[in-house]
Amino acid sequence: MRAYASIWRLRFINGMQYRAAALAGIATQLFFGFVFIMIFAAFYASSTGETPISLQDLITYVWLQQIFLSFIMLWFRDQELFDLITGGNIAYELCRPLELYPHWYAKLLAQRFASAVLRCFPLLTIIFIIPEPYRMSLPPSIASFVLFIVTLLLGLLVVVAISMMIYISVFWTMSPIGSILMISVVGEFLAGMIIPVPLMPKWLQTIAYILPFRWTTDFPFRVYSGHIPVSEALWGIGIQLLWLLILVLAGRALMGRALRSVVVQGG
Amino acid sequence: MRLYFKYMSIHLKSQMQYRTSFFLMSFGQFFIPFMVFGGLYLMFERFGQLKGWSFFEVALCFSVIHLSFSLSECFARGFDAFSSLVGKGDFDRLLVRPRSAALQVLGSKFEFTRIGRLLQSGIVFIWSVSNLPGLWTFPKLLALLFMVFNGLLIFTGIFILAATFCFWTIQALEVANVFTDGGREMAQYPLNIYEKGVTRFFTFIIPFGCVSYLPLMYILDKREGDMLLPLLMPFGGALFLIPCLLIWRIGVKHYRSTGS
Repeated sequence: MRAYASIWRLRFINGMQYRAAALAGIATQLFFGFVFIMIFAAFYASSTGETPISLQDLITYVWLQQIFLSFIMLWFRDQELFDLITGGNIAYELCRPLELYPHWYAKLLAQRFASAVLRCFPLLTIIFIIPEPYRMSLPPSIASFVLFIVTLLLGLLVVVAISMMIYISVFWTMSPIGSILMISVVGEFLAGMIIPVPLMPKWLQTIAYILPFRWTTDFPFRVYSGHIPVSEALWGIGIQLLWLLILVLAGRALMGRALRSVVVQGG
Repeated sequence: MRLYFKYMSIHLKSQMQYRTSFFLMSFGQFFIPFMVFGGLYLMFERFGQLKGWSFFEVALCFSVIHLSFSLSECFARGFDAFSSLVGKGDFDRLLVRPRSAALQVLGSKFEFTRIGRLLQSGIVFIWSVSNLPGLWTFPKLLALLFMVFNGLLIFTGIFILAATFCFWTIQALEVANVFTDGGREMAQYPLNIYEKGVTRFFTFIIPFGCVSYLPLMYILDKREGDMLLPLLMPFGGALFLIPCLLIWRIGVKHYRSTGS
């Protein structure tokens, strides 16, 4: 366990070095946040009927998406790991006295976490002081804030478990592009990246609720704004834990099978 | 110009060597804007209309911008990948050749996998045009063609501008994505839904408005006027390319090799 913790720490420090990239990312995310909010606001202004989520909650939702982008994006990938598999250097990884699954899991977790930590504080300061209606609102109660933190971290663990599946699939396909592109495009859509889950039609919401993607970010973001009440959030945590268990167990089993029949690519 | 086509055919041949990977990439490129468009469709299903614009009108706006974007990504990719050319010092090689540097950079890369994206926007384009019967006159269709073409020039201009900054920074500036990806994301909706300042910026500084929103107002009969206006307006986009090319020239003059 200590070994994996130190891998995590190393990767985290490594990720914190890319400050210039983070700065560019912050500018981009602010811009996209504004654009999305303006689009949603325009739709809301021309609608007359009942809306399933208030504009204020939606604005918070958009900002949280932008801040924790690295918790959603399945595109967020480690080229190094792909090269290990397709280039044959995986042989070295297998020689190490570490298990591969937790080793890579710790690496991926650290990258996403570092990217979010670098971006979240400057972004938070900006979006709490910008004028209405763009300002992000505070959570309605301390309970929902605490639950937000818990669910967000659990969501992070789920998203890393999903992306581990993508890496494992490369053992069979050998070409990362196809499998990632498909899973990530569909997965991000179902996590509410393009339109928030509450705005989807019923049939699509049902699909989103069944699959794990929406538990990564859509769920914590709505817990933050109080759109999902505290009692319901507690149930959600159970489902998150269940998904985490399923994905990790399945991932380990698949990886075990992949490694048994692994063909080390020469080079 | 002959040289440019020569470059193009060489790149096409080389990318066709990896056929499976080519088709997978193209398929993926089809899928990404497809999901975005799906989102747009679902938003209209819920809200009905957007500040007086119907679904097919916005879909037309969407497809015009996405057509321009995919074409420019296909043909002007060389400028997008320019930072690696400068970083490795390969740009020196281009400068000693007796042809214009801009043309050679343009010819240094083509992304034919963007055909997937192009196909997707093409389908949306035809679908929305066939559902807007008011459009079926020759000048209006011609104006649409001009819009796509000049949109291509605007995106190319942004790519060139971003590449020019590499002369000073060596690295690629990710902030440029705000204007390419961000510009695309913005201009796919009619610009009047945004705040005034944003609309002005994207009409007068980076003239996306000239190739989407403003001519569309006339084409879709939202504003009365001579048809000459929407036919000329898109060429405002071409004007944007001129300062970009000028800055590029200054950049080339200031170029100092990395020496590697």
